[in-house]
Amino acid sequence: MNPDMRFQRLERFWHWAQATLIISLLITGFNVHDSIRLFSFARAAQYHIILAWALTVLWVFAIFWHMVTGVWPMLTGKWRQSIPSRGSQIMAMLHFYAIDIFLAGGHPFHRTRQQKHNLPQRATYLTLNIGIVPVIWTSGWLYLFYDSWGAGGLGQRYLGAIAMVHTAAAFAILVFLVVHLYLAFTVSDTPLGNLKAMITGYEEEENAQPH
Amino acid sequence: MRRLLLFALLLIVAPTVAFATDVAAGGWTPRPVFPKGQGDHCVEPTEVMRRLHGEIVRPPDGTPSSRGLPHHDLAGCVACHAQRDKNGAYIPVNAKGQFCESCHRFSAVSINCFSCHASTPEESAAEDMGAVTADHSKFEILKQPFASVSDVPAACLTCHTEAGKQLRATDHWAWSVINPRTGQALGLLHTFNMVFGSDQAQCADCHIGNEWKNGRFDFTSDKNVDCLVCHDTTGAYKRFSADAGKSPFKTIESSKGGADVQEAVNLSFVAQHVGKTSRETCGSCHFNADGGDGLKHGDLDASLENPKRTLDIHMGVDGLNFTCSTCHVAEGHVFTPTFYTMAAKETHGINVPGHDNSSRATCESCHGFKPHRPSPHKPAIYAKLNEHTEKVACETCHIPSYARGGVPTKTAVDWSTAGKKGPDVKPLQIDDSQGRAIYTTETGGSTRGENLIPHYAWFDGEIRYARLGERIDPGKPVALNTFEGSAMDPNARVWPFKVMRGKLPYDAGKRTLAVAHLFGDDDAAGADYSGAHGFVDATMSLPLAHTVAPIEQALQCGDCHRSDGRLAGINGVYMPGRDRNHPLDWLGWLGVGAAVAGVSAHGVARVAFARRRRQNP
Repeated sequence: MNPDMRFQRLERFWHWAQATLIISLLITGFNVHDSIRLFSFARAAQYHIILAWALTVLWVFAIFWHMVTGVWPMLTGKWRQSIPSRGSQIMAMLHFYAIDIFLAGGHPFHRTRQQKHNLPQRATYLTLNIGIVPVIWTSGWLYLFYDSWGAGGLGQRYLGAIAMVHTAAAFAILVFLVVHLYLAFTVSDTPLGNLKAMITGYEEEENAQPH
Repeated sequence: MRRLLLFALLLIVAPTVAFATDVAAGGWTPRPVFPKGQGDHCVEPTEVMRRLHGEIVRPPDGTPSSRGLPHHDLAGCVACHAQRDKNGAYIPVNAKGQFCESCHRFSAVSINCFSCHASTPEESAAEDMGAVTADHSKFEILKQPFASVSDVPAACLTCHTEAGKQLRATDHWAWSVINPRTGQALGLLHTFNMVFGSDQAQCADCHIGNEWKNGRFDFTSDKNVDCLVCHDTTGAYKRFSADAGKSPFKTIESSKGGADVQEAVNLSFVAQHVGKTSRETCGSCHFNADGGDGLKHGDLDASLENPKRTLDIHMGVDGLNFTCSTCHVAEGHVFTPTFYTMAAKETHGINVPGHDNSSRATCESCHGFKPHRPSPHKPAIYAKLNEHTEKVACETCHIPSYARGGVPTKTAVDWSTAGKKGPDVKPLQIDDSQGRAIYTTETGGSTRGENLIPHYAWFDGEIRYARLGERIDPGKPVALNTFEGSAMDPNARVWPFKVMRGKLPYDAGKRTLAVAHLFGDDDAAGADYSGAHGFVDATMSLPLAHTVAPIEQALQCGDCHRSDGRLAGINGVYMPGRDRNHPLDWLGWLGVGAAVAGVSAHGVARVAFARRRRQNP
């Protein structure tokens, strides 16, 4: 495998498939919430349900893939890397985003294949993965099947609370998306380098030879 | 060699010619092409019908039709699948190229059905008459010149010995109903058309007893049961309101002048042509409740005598062509459930004739609890729709509006304005642009409407009627009927209602609704009256259950699942799209806004610093 490849093909597929599904889920979800009126409620709700199933399939597939390739630190014992324990590293990255980035100071984080993400990134993805994602999945399934688990009016009684949690998680993901898009598009060594890397796998086409 | 070639050619050509002539002669059977039947779909799924229509039409146990369900018999097949020719005449379904024949020819199965049974709807109708074992025009007792309407039931009872007793046990007769669940007696407080009590002779216009005399009526006499009002098939029989519902056997001139002549009814002719009830006989009372076509109910009016399927998917003459009694099935003259003892939520499901009672007055008695099936339009949402049946009555979505048939219904009356007379000191009538009365001296002002959006409310099926003599608060609208129900009530569902509003007179001294006297030869209402009166706002709500529309007219999800939707007033449930936690939404959008502003500021700052670096390297 080309050691310069930043994102493997499956990673890239996973990223874009997720991106499409999550953005579509946000649009249809906020349509169901009557925040936007792009589709009729019936269409939005149906699309939302179908997209949720599609994302489920993608996740099952992705978990399987991560397990067999062993790149998912959560499942291979490398998960400790995800915990940003060294405060100085975090401070260095925050210092970069807050100050150095304006002054063209060097990026303090050296990306490797094992460590694609810097510590604030890892903290963000950890929050996303263990905080927001389980919440939106759990609340979403409870929301979809409230009539099945909530016999005798139980589901109906708690549907409002579940919907509230689901909406809150959706807002969190939307906030993440805004910041993610900004950083992904603008913060890289070369213009649109992250985007290029996520599409082709390489940051710089011309530097694609191994060294 | 040449001979061999010729032989080979012959080998190819001969079968081809043989095949071609075979096809030309019609011997080769192409895939069947058959005309489409009426309506969107068959009474059973197509794949079931294809395989099992023989068993469904004529099950092995010899019963006439499977499950006794409507249109599950041969006449039902013929009714939808018979095509008309250019002249509009029916083509038999077993004629060449027609519905039955085309498949049977393809599968080489002969059709025996039509050697005996009707193959066109007209023949079915004739067959239907043939199923009747008694021709009433041949009964001597019905050929007599009846001197009085009461003589007709007397004649009926000579054969139908139990009919009078049966009918006298029903709501149709009693004029009063004791609610078995609440023990409350219902009756006599008749919608917003004022408090009755002294005008019962006019009530007899509909309520089917004969021989109302001097404010008295013998409820115990079988002979007072009016058979003809329900069983007339000629359309000639009428009850005459000015004479306590009696049908005139002499032509009566109206007291007002020539316009309102009551034609004499030939009772002997009508009696000889009795038969099943019809939309017309049921409608003669139910369509005209509150004194005129469609005025009371909003979902029952004369447009249902000959409706299109767009008005009523079940009764549409261009569709299933149900009559009232297809759903409201009486056993021994008893109809269950009635309007007064209805279930807001049916818990039994499909009624199987022979196993359950024969009533089909609820949607679920035919359609069950999970009526929505997957379709290209709702691949992911049909299960959710089926969950809705737990809390939302079928009628709520499937009766999108009422008074849709072109007959306006009365929505409000204002008795406080009654009594004004014209400049000529004669009774006044003011019509709207369509010639409908909006003011009469007798009843005051009124408003009517068509295509009205129902009012929606939780309803547990239990209607409590205000009683005469109950104290009222003149400062607040008086609800002439009230009902209970909430989101957590397992018996309640969201129902559509027609709400009628009125300004009714009340007794200011006793603080009760006043008894009005509007009709009859007597001078007074015969009720206690303190001498002072006022007018109070009143409402009455009628659940809507008729004029179920075709699926394409049913409400869409977004009609209710939006912040300003139809169920905006329904409490106790979280409805996606309608409900939200406002602080959360506010915080959420604030967060999104902050993120956008933050990254924008960050980006702008980076651009600015980059420019400065370029200028001062």
